[in-house]
Amino acid sequence: MLTKRIIPCLDIKNGRTVKGINFVDLRDAGDPVELAEIYAASGADELVFLDISATEERRKTLAELVYHVAEKVNIPFTVGGGISSVEDVDILLQNGADKVSINSSAVKNPQLINDLVAKFGSQCIVVAIDAKKINDEWIVHLVGGKVLTELNLFDWAKEVEERGAGEILFTSMNNDGTKDGFANEALNKLSTELNIPIIASGGAGSIQHFTDTFVKGKADAALAASVFHFKEIEIIDLKRQLKKEGIPVRL
Amino acid sequence: MKIVIINYGAGNIQSIKFAIKRLGYEAVLTDDVAEIKAADKVIFPGVGEASSAMTKLRDSGLDALVPTLKQPVLGICLGMQLMCNASEEGNTKGLGIFDVNVVKFNNEVKVPQIGWNEISNLKSALFSNIKDNAHIYLVHSFYAPICEETIATSGYGINYSAALQKDNFYGTQFHPEKSSTVGEQILRNFLGM
Repeated sequence: MLTKRIIPCLDIKNGRTVKGINFVDLRDAGDPVELAEIYAASGADELVFLDISATEERRKTLAELVYHVAEKVNIPFTVGGGISSVEDVDILLQNGADKVSINSSAVKNPQLINDLVAKFGSQCIVVAIDAKKINDEWIVHLVGGKVLTELNLFDWAKEVEERGAGEILFTSMNNDGTKDGFANEALNKLSTELNIPIIASGGAGSIQHFTDTFVKGKADAALAASVFHFKEIEIIDLKRQLKKEGIPVRL
Repeated sequence: MKIVIINYGAGNIQSIKFAIKRLGYEAVLTDDVAEIKAADKVIFPGVGEASSAMTKLRDSGLDALVPTLKQPVLGICLGMQLMCNASEEGNTKGLGIFDVNVVKFNNEVKVPQIGWNEISNLKSALFSNIKDNAHIYLVHSFYAPICEETIATSGYGINYSAALQKDNFYGTQFHPEKSSTVGEQILRNFLGM
């Protein structure tokens, strides 16, 4: 049986992890490769690296990071952040990334999804969608939520699927950072209306939240950052509890 | 031991190279017929779409070589699918090593299947020291149905072939190079043949 995936997300700036990461056993708390290896060994099913650098050299730094992660890590990983062309994706995949995630660039130029799928296949193209519920409607946002679009979440998600994306990473901005749980109602709707896997993101605070997003939200995978980085939740404990609740996981 | 990865421009091979390196070996990426023939182990990778990958393989002239190889050959993911008779994806004629036709998952399940699933009914030395229901990582929309050459099964809506074997030819639908310690053991088994 296909299992539900648990995905730690690492924010990367200039090739280093950002946000305080509370791993006492890390030799170098800013080294994404070392952190990735620890997560892979502790039961993470997949990793996401989100690059938030804004420098000129960012492309080169990110490509180098991907190479070093692929060298050491024996589970799949996705890279996102500022990817806007077929060339960008080509370099990252050639360096060993399993999947790439695009966000703003897909909204600005939806044809990019088709182009990437045609060249690299659906299996490695993840479209990330950030959305916020405003007056009962879920509206897609860009640039980490700073820019509002005219797109409705469900319409955009449908279009993303039709254009061939292999997976959707949905972050609810209403939930992100709250530790109050995932946006399960919207997730459930996405998962029911679409026929590609949905990754839930934003709001993880407790083990129960993961159970809820798999059961109520029908999510195929759940992504979180701080609860893992600060060891508020150990992946092994999380998976044991999920298994107890009858949710299929890899243990 | 000389390990080669067949180079026909079919996508991401870096992870396979690295996985083999983590096991203490070096794999060489090549499209040289003599070098492939002389290798101890051959890996036949593949990601992306079947018909365009097959076109690349034919253009490289290696489509005739692969079925004649005598040493252990491991096809991974699309590599395995191209070793079958045919694929529904892009109406592709395959290499005909495995006597089965690759078909698409129906819409009762989410397509592509992405993630970790279990393998069972393990029937080959490729799975030495692997427990029934071990987890492996897959990403695919098409599958090989169960057939005589099935050496591992997995379930996603239906039961399908997670791995195939005929003589010296092995194929895995899953990615051993991305399947954590289970995948490493499977690669080790292959390299030990």
